[in-house]
Amino acid sequence: MDQTAMSSRTSMRQWFKSGDPWIWMIGGGLAISLIMVVGLLLLIAVRGFGHFWPSPIMATTVTVEEAASESIMGILVRSETLPAQRIREAGQSIPEDQLLVTRHLIKVGNRDLTGRDFVWYLDSALGEMRYPEAALRIERREWGNFYGFASALERDGEVVARGEALWPELQQAIDRANELHQRIQSLERAEIGSINRQMEKVRLEGRALELKGVSGAELEASEADLAARQTELERRFEDVQAERRDLLDQSERDVLIAETASGRVVRIELNNIVMASRNNAMGLFGKLGFYAHRIGDFLSGYPREANTEGGIFPAIFGTVTMVLIMSVLVTPFGVLAAIYLREYARQGTILKLIRVSVYNLAGVPSIVFGVFGLGFFVYLLGGSIDELFYPERLPAPTFGTPGLFWASLTLALLTLPVVIVSTEEGLARIPRTIREGSLALGATKWETLWKVVVPLSAPAMMTGLILAVARAAGEVAPLMLVGVVKLAPSLPVDGEFPYVHLERKIMHLGFHIYDVGFQSPNVEAARPLVYATALTLVLLILILNLSAIAIRNRLREKYRAEGE
Amino acid sequence: MNDQATPAPTVSSEMFDNDRQALEISRETVSIEVRDLDLYYANDQALKNVNLKIAHNRVTAFIGPSGCGKSTLLRCFNRMNDLIDICRIEGEILIDGKNIYAKDVDVAEHRRRVGMVFQKPNPFPKSIFENVAYGLRLQGVNDKRKLAEVVERALRAAALWDEVKDRLDDNAFGLSGGQQQRLVIARAIAIEPEVILLDEPCSALDPISTAKVEELIAELKNDYTIVIVTHNMQQAARVSDFTAYMYMGEMIEFDDTARLFTNPRRKATEDYITGRYG
Repeated sequence: MDQTAMSSRTSMRQWFKSGDPWIWMIGGGLAISLIMVVGLLLLIAVRGFGHFWPSPIMATTVTVEEAASESIMGILVRSETLPAQRIREAGQSIPEDQLLVTRHLIKVGNRDLTGRDFVWYLDSALGEMRYPEAALRIERREWGNFYGFASALERDGEVVARGEALWPELQQAIDRANELHQRIQSLERAEIGSINRQMEKVRLEGRALELKGVSGAELEASEADLAARQTELERRFEDVQAERRDLLDQSERDVLIAETASGRVVRIELNNIVMASRNNAMGLFGKLGFYAHRIGDFLSGYPREANTEGGIFPAIFGTVTMVLIMSVLVTPFGVLAAIYLREYARQGTILKLIRVSVYNLAGVPSIVFGVFGLGFFVYLLGGSIDELFYPERLPAPTFGTPGLFWASLTLALLTLPVVIVSTEEGLARIPRTIREGSLALGATKWETLWKVVVPLSAPAMMTGLILAVARAAGEVAPLMLVGVVKLAPSLPVDGEFPYVHLERKIMHLGFHIYDVGFQSPNVEAARPLVYATALTLVLLILILNLSAIAIRNRLREKYRAEGE
Repeated sequence: MNDQATPAPTVSSEMFDNDRQALEISRETVSIEVRDLDLYYANDQALKNVNLKIAHNRVTAFIGPSGCGKSTLLRCFNRMNDLIDICRIEGEILIDGKNIYAKDVDVAEHRRRVGMVFQKPNPFPKSIFENVAYGLRLQGVNDKRKLAEVVERALRAAALWDEVKDRLDDNAFGLSGGQQQRLVIARAIAIEPEVILLDEPCSALDPISTAKVEELIAELKNDYTIVIVTHNMQQAARVSDFTAYMYMGEMIEFDDTARLFTNPRRKATEDYITGRYG
C-alpha cells in the first residue's frame, strides 16, 4: 500500500541515499579489473601452453592455377577469412564474383628444402585434408622441423631397420644420439671452456709480469713455468678434442632416410634430431607425455636457431640470479637509509627535501636508470675497477662492460625508493609504548632499535622487497644497457671459481620476450614462444612473490597482535 | 639500610608549609625529592614550581584531572620526557641525594634504577621468558641458569609464575591484558630497580585484573618505592600511603592518603574528591 503511494522520485532518492548505486559502481569496477587480469592471464596461458601440445599432422594436395597438384604436409596453425580484394592486390587471381576468401596458415617445416616453413594456402587450392598415422614430425637442431614419412634407418651406410621395426629402433637410436649430444655439449661447455679460461689465465699472468717490469732470473723462471703450464693445457686440449671427435663420429653413424609428402628423399643425421613423434598415432596419454616432455625441454633447454627454438633456461636462470643479487643489494641499503631517515635524522626542511627526492625517484622512468647505470656504474666504476685490479686484461674490459653485477646494481637503485618507503612506514607504525618500554628498562636508543623496533618492522621490509622484486623481475629497458644480452655464452653461476661470475653477461626473460617477438627472423615460429616466455615470466614473478609473502606471513605470525 | 627503611614516615600537621604543601618526611626515608621543578613544552608550562618528597618503600599516588601534569611529573623521574624534543626542564630531582638531571648522569643507567610500567601493557614481540630477560640481557647477562633464576623470581614476585610457568616460550601477546600488565611489571622488577613508576597501570584492565595488580602493588611496596598515577580515586585510596593532588601543573595538596581523602585542607582538593570538580 505504502509503496504504491510513494512516488517514484522519492524512492529513487531513497535508493541513492541508501548507497546502493555506489556499491554497484565499486563492485562493477572491481569486476572489470578482475576480468581484465584474468583475461590477460588466460590469453597468454592458452597461447603459451597450447604451443607444446602435439597438433595433428595434416596431409593434403595443393593445386595452384592449372599446374599439376602437389602434396604437402604440415600443421594447420590458423585460418582466416578476408576480403578477396586484398588477395587480388597481393597478386593472386580470384574469381571476380567472389567477395570473401578463406586461407590457412600451414607450418610445412622442411626449411632446408623449401626455404619457408610457414605458408599461406587459399582454401580453394587445398584438396581433402587427411591425417595419416605414419606422418612424422621431427624436431631438428638445425633447419627447424621436418614433416614427412620415415622409410629406413641406416648405420654406417647399411640399412638396419625399415617397415614395422623402424619406429622402435628409431626411438632408441634417437635416445642414444641425444645422450652423445649431451656428452659433447658438456665437453664443450665444461672441459673446453675451462681449458680456454686457464689458457687465458696463463696469458694474463704473463702480461701481468710484463706490466710489473719483472726482469732477470725471476722473469725467466716465471716464463718457463708459464710455458710449461701452457704446454700441459695444450696437451689436455688435444685429449679433449680427440674425445669430442670420437663422440661426434659415433653420433654421425646413424642416419634416418625419410621422405617428404611430395616424395623427395631426405637424409637426416640422428645427431641433428631432438625428438621424433607420430602425432596422429598418439593416444591421449602419449600426447600428455609428449606435452610434458616438451615443456620440460622448453624450461630446461638452451635456445637454438636465433632463439626461435629450443628452451629458455639461461633466461630463467639469469633472471632469478639477477633478482636475487638485487635483493641482497637493495635490502641493506634501503633498510639502513630508512632507519636513519626515520629514527636519527633531524626532522626539518632538509629531511623533507630528501624524502621528497627519494619518493620521486620511484617515478623516474626506468630507462633513465639504465643510462645512469651505463654511464656511472659500467664506464666509471667498472672502468676504474679494471684499471686497478685487472690491468693485465686491458684493453679488453672485465667490469668495464655491461654485466650481471651492474644490472643488479642498477635495478637495486631503481627499487631503492620502494624499500625505503615501505620500511619507513613500518617503522612509523611501531607503537611508541613499545619503544618506551624498552627505553624504560635501560636500553639505549640503538639497543631499542636493534632488538625491538627493527624485528617488529621486518614484515614491512618484506613488503618493500616483494614490491621491489616484482618490479625488478619485469624490467627490461634499463637492462638492455647494463648487462642483458640476446644470447649469453655461459651461465653466471658455474663450478668454476669464484662460482658466481658477476662480470658475465646474462639473459633475461623480459628481454628474451622482446628479442624473440621483435628481433626474430622467423615471426611465425617465434610467436608462440613469446606467449610461452611471457607466461614463464609471470609464473616466475608469482613464485618469487609467493615465497616472499610466505616469509612475511611467518614474520607477521611471530609478531602478531602488533596491528591491533 | 634496614633501620633506615623501617621507621614509618611521621607526619604531623605542623610540618606543612602552606605554600608548597610538601610533606615532610624524615630525611632518612626520602627516596625522591623534587625541588622547584618547572617543565615547559615549547612555551606552555606544564609543571609549575613543584616541590615534593617521596617516601622510601611506600606507595605514593598522584591524582588529578586529565592534563593536570601528573603523568608528566612521573615521567620526569626516569627522564622519559627527554624523548620529547620540545620539552625543557628547570629545577632538580634528587634520587638518593643525587640530581638526576645533572650533566654526568648516564640516562640508560638511571632508567635501570627507576623502572616504569605504562598505561597500556606493552610487552615486546618475544616469548614470555625473553620479555622478562630483556633487561638482563641488555646488561650482558647471558648465562642460562642465572637468567632462568631471575625470570622465575620476577614472575613469582609479579604473581604470574603459576599462570605461565608451562608456556614460557610462548609469545607474550598470547597473554590476557591483565597478565600482560603483570608481565610488564615482572620485566621491570627483573632488573631490581629502586623505584617503580606506574602510569595508570589499570586503566586498560578489567576489574578482576585490576584487583590482581592492586594486590601486587601492596606486595611490592615491601621492596620498592612505588609511585602511581591514577584516574581512579578509589584506587588511590586503596593502594597508596601518600597522595598528591595536582591541578593545572601545580601540586595543590600532598598528604597522608587517609587524611587527604577524609580531611582535605584545600577546598579544591575537597571539590575534586567529592566529585564537585568542574
